[in-house]
Amino acid sequence: MITKDAEAPTVTSAPRTVLEAFGPRRPKKRQRSWDEVPRRQIYLPLGVYLVFTLIPFYWIALFALRPAGSTSLVPWPVTFEHFDKVWTERSFGTYFQNSVLIGVATLVMTTVVALAGGYALARFDFRLKRGFMLALLCSQFVPGALLLVPLFEIFANLEMINSLGSVIIAETVFQLPLSMILIGNFIKNVPPSLEEAAWVDGCSRFRAFCVVVLPLLRPGLIAVGSFAFVHSWNHFLFALMFLSDQGKQTIPVGLNTLMSADSVDLGALAAGGIVAAVPVVIVFAFIQKWLITGFSAGAVKG
Amino acid sequence: MAQAAAVAKKPPPAKRPRRRAGAGRTGATPRRLPYLLIAPAALLMLGFIAYPVISVFYYSLQHYNPTKPWRNGFAGLDNFTRAFTEDPLFWDTLAFSAKWVFVEVGLQLLFGLALALIVNQTFAGRALGRALVFSPWAVSGVLTSVIWVLLYNSQTGITRYLADLGIGAYGTSWLSDPGTVFPAAIVADLWRGVPFFAILILADLQSVPKDLYEAAEVDGASRLRQFLHITLPHLKDAIILSTLLRMVWEFNNVDLLYTLTGGGPAGETTTLPLYVATTSVEAHDFGYASALTTVAFVVLLFCSVLYLRLSKFGGDDK
Repeated sequence: MITKDAEAPTVTSAPRTVLEAFGPRRPKKRQRSWDEVPRRQIYLPLGVYLVFTLIPFYWIALFALRPAGSTSLVPWPVTFEHFDKVWTERSFGTYFQNSVLIGVATLVMTTVVALAGGYALARFDFRLKRGFMLALLCSQFVPGALLLVPLFEIFANLEMINSLGSVIIAETVFQLPLSMILIGNFIKNVPPSLEEAAWVDGCSRFRAFCVVVLPLLRPGLIAVGSFAFVHSWNHFLFALMFLSDQGKQTIPVGLNTLMSADSVDLGALAAGGIVAAVPVVIVFAFIQKWLITGFSAGAVKG
Repeated sequence: MAQAAAVAKKPPPAKRPRRRAGAGRTGATPRRLPYLLIAPAALLMLGFIAYPVISVFYYSLQHYNPTKPWRNGFAGLDNFTRAFTEDPLFWDTLAFSAKWVFVEVGLQLLFGLALALIVNQTFAGRALGRALVFSPWAVSGVLTSVIWVLLYNSQTGITRYLADLGIGAYGTSWLSDPGTVFPAAIVADLWRGVPFFAILILADLQSVPKDLYEAAEVDGASRLRQFLHITLPHLKDAIILSTLLRMVWEFNNVDLLYTLTGGGPAGETTTLPLYVATTSVEAHDFGYASALTTVAFVVLLFCSVLYLRLSKFGGDDK
């Protein structure tokens, strides 16, 4: 019950209030009726920007769907030969599985570890807190790309080179700091009195957290989790460096292999790109409204 | 006596658990709990961020090259002197990094802000418009490269069709011409970077108190003045923070340039991190690469502190 009450206003009413802010004032006629933003001032720039956004998508779809060698600007007749080829011959089927595995494992690990740490940051005062916060912020400036060599050595010592585990750990570690700060801020926004009420009713701290706090964190968890998934799905360098076995590689590495071939098979490349894009675009379309409320509630402050 | 002692001893064990539970309720939890909670994160970060960073600092003072083991050993500041005095590539890549970050983040902020303000209005088809406009956000650096390689390709790309329309010449390849590769790469990265900014700013726009606008309107403030005096100040901290994060991110981001241009043509688009990656991976010169990394850290840290100071981040509360 509490969940619905808390979520509903942020999700549905927030955007609408802009209209309320500008709309009802019009009758005052202080200025001409254009006090409200004229439609063309919205649609014109939006349209221009949409063209810029969508042409690249159209272009890759065009190459993926039209037969090899065609120069038509319309992908008709549609062919799926490139997808067949890329999925089986270029083993994108395997890459896809690996990428999904890495993405889901990173999502779960990041969320669980960040929840624990974020809860500690939000609800406790402890001696190392300031130092820990500082470490979290500083780690934002540590470029994963520049740590490739020492990371490679660590994973080699752990005998984890060529195992998906190395990439999962590396992705999680670099997702953690920001996720933890965000989740900590989300938890701070949940009044402690709700939890305390549950304790009085006899819940343990853990149970109170699961029953009272967790449901309220849903937008935040969706934002953080999807961020972790999309990021690890997209990330390229760790997989490139730590996974040399062809059967262990991920979609971005597969794409890079296709791209750096001597004679690039543009159709296969485009089809591979679509395979890479579809899951994230679907995830993204699905969670979009959560993402905006999620970020605004957890916006990093102080 | 023994019995009495046993009786006397019994109650405490029964009491203790109860006291612990009670302690949890009043908030005075076992002191170890917060440490237990941050332990997994702390251990992961110690092992896979702190330790590598320290080893980079360590190697930066060493000659360390697995292919030339006879030279390995303590190097003092040799690696740094080499970077600052003998290696023109270092300065070139550092300068290109600065140019890349500055132009890219500046344009992303500009377009992202404009886009966020537009899709924050109410209009028919807004949900669809937002979804479409933001969609490249989720696209990876490598996929961005794939898409723009297809677009920029001299045989099959967009230039060919533009040439059909009489714009530009046939066979133009923007990515292999040193004169056009920079704008071409910038546009490709903007394509996916602008939505990121727009999303963050749009998120923050939701929290601007609406009555401020109403009050301003009653006072007869124009929309431009409302933007300058209500929206911008309110967004200030969010803009500063996302700009800073984005700057660091763009500086460190290797995926796009590595796959789109490979740092070429003729090293024209090699950023410092890209240079480090090639120095360590291809030339196996880990000692030198570590020194370059250390310089990159220091530069980033310095710029970040400077940026936060100059922008007086969070200054209103203090």
